[in-house]
Amino acid sequence: MITQQIQYQNKIFWRTPVAAFFTLAFPLMMLVLFTAIFGNDVNANGISTAQFFAPNLAVFAAVSASFTNLAIGTAISRDNGILKRVRGTPMPPWVYMAGRVGSAVYIAAIGVVIMMGVGMAIYGVQVPARGIPAVVLAFLVGVGCFSALGLLVAALAPNGDSTPAIANATLLPLAFVSDIFFSVENPPGWMDLLGDIFPLKHFAIAFRDPLNPGLEGLQIHWGRLGYMLLWGVVAVVLAVRFFRWEPKAGTRREKRAEQSA
Amino acid sequence: MAAIEVRGLVKIYGATRAVDGVDLDVESGQVFALLGPNGAGKTTTVEILEGHRTATSGSVSVLGMDPQTESRRYREKIGIVLQETAIERELTVTEALDNYGGVYPHRRPTGELIELVGLQDKARARTKTLSGGQQRRLELALGLVGDPDLLFLDEATTGFDPSARRQAWAIVANLASLGKTILLTTHYMDEAQYLADEIAIISHGKIVAEGTPTDLVNRSADKARIRFSLPTGVTASDLPVAASGADDGTVELMVESPTRLLHQLTTWALDRDIELYDLSVARPSLEDVYLQLTGAGDG
Repeated sequence: MITQQIQYQNKIFWRTPVAAFFTLAFPLMMLVLFTAIFGNDVNANGISTAQFFAPNLAVFAAVSASFTNLAIGTAISRDNGILKRVRGTPMPPWVYMAGRVGSAVYIAAIGVVIMMGVGMAIYGVQVPARGIPAVVLAFLVGVGCFSALGLLVAALAPNGDSTPAIANATLLPLAFVSDIFFSVENPPGWMDLLGDIFPLKHFAIAFRDPLNPGLEGLQIHWGRLGYMLLWGVVAVVLAVRFFRWEPKAGTRREKRAEQSA
Repeated sequence: MAAIEVRGLVKIYGATRAVDGVDLDVESGQVFALLGPNGAGKTTTVEILEGHRTATSGSVSVLGMDPQTESRRYREKIGIVLQETAIERELTVTEALDNYGGVYPHRRPTGELIELVGLQDKARARTKTLSGGQQRRLELALGLVGDPDLLFLDEATTGFDPSARRQAWAIVANLASLGKTILLTTHYMDEAQYLADEIAIISHGKIVAEGTPTDLVNRSADKARIRFSLPTGVTASDLPVAASGADDGTVELMVESPTRLLHQLTTWALDRDIELYDLSVARPSLEDVYLQLTGAGDG
């Protein structure tokens, strides 16, 4: 039943061009732009521009697929009464949610593979085999954490119209303070602190370091993984606590219903 | 066996008693209509029966189960047609029915459902491309996809065009003939009159009348409705009977003894050589009874 739900959610994703564009094509465009702007030379730390950006933007794509898409998609489905319909069927609510999250993980994986694939094929990005277990682990923990946060945003958002704004207004500034788009040499202390508090920077480092040809060993950042896990667990608890399956009174849809009645 | 048994159902929201001591008995195989103005408590009642809401107090047994505690087994046996169509816009008609059908142990084949609601031409169309009426018909098909023993139709035919409504009525009548129980709410009295074996009228959270459509009409104190066009040059106060002239020039009287009143009226008209155009005498309709019981104009 879960596999079936994942497949339907995937279908819906591929048929929503705006989501597919922002999740898969947009991070790639940034890779192309950044390497064009900064050149693809090897810097003082011994890694090329693309070697730094490709994993970062892969993480960004994975977070768009999980956090942003889950928040927006779930809130819109609630506005449209689809969550209410699901609750009226024998499908257990967790199966439906697992379908949504499973689909998010699948799309996130595609985003990562496309990004790293293009990086390797065009920009000479290296993916050392010794780093793959740590990358996969970081991917799973990170996407799990951001899926939970996405569902938390959906739980707290008043309606589907406001979720794109909420999701983007949280993710984009967070990406800046988390060194996703560029690495600041000596960032102000508060910026560093903000980056450390939220899970995105930890996700990016845990994903990026195992692929760094200048480093050695497995590069599994247990501390960062554990910290993301903690964020995820707290988000799940809060999301479950506050989740609503029905549109809030006064959303567009409800108003329309009143007018027609 | 009773399909639905409700005793002393109360639902309080803040200071409002949305449902205020409702008892209901719906036999298996019955088509039961719950009528009432907006805000009377009918949707709240239905949503408690569907398991979407919990009651503040009272007991609810549907198909021998408690909708709250046996939610999965219960939901396998019911079908819900929502007031507003709610379907993933990106899926096709066939995919939507396959998706939701897949979660029931006894599902009706998708092709059969599509034919039943007359959407053969749209089977492969995305649901967002359907017209309003077509979406409502898909919604009806989704209510039937699990081959339910009990079907909830909450204002299900709102937005149907007249021919689609007739079609929906035929589908419901056919389900009833197969022994399925149907609980419907509607704003259309002709729908209740046509489909329902039993009607309950709810107002301010309480059941104010219950019975077969014929019973309800017969029980009304008024035995006849007399109606005619107000003759030109005559005002309502000129008439020999107490009547209020409606704005459109039609006079309507609900009376207990039509014979006497008609005699007064026609004598008066003959004396003045006035023709009473469109004069009609009819039994009160279900709508008349409904308006009387719920307070005219509220609905």
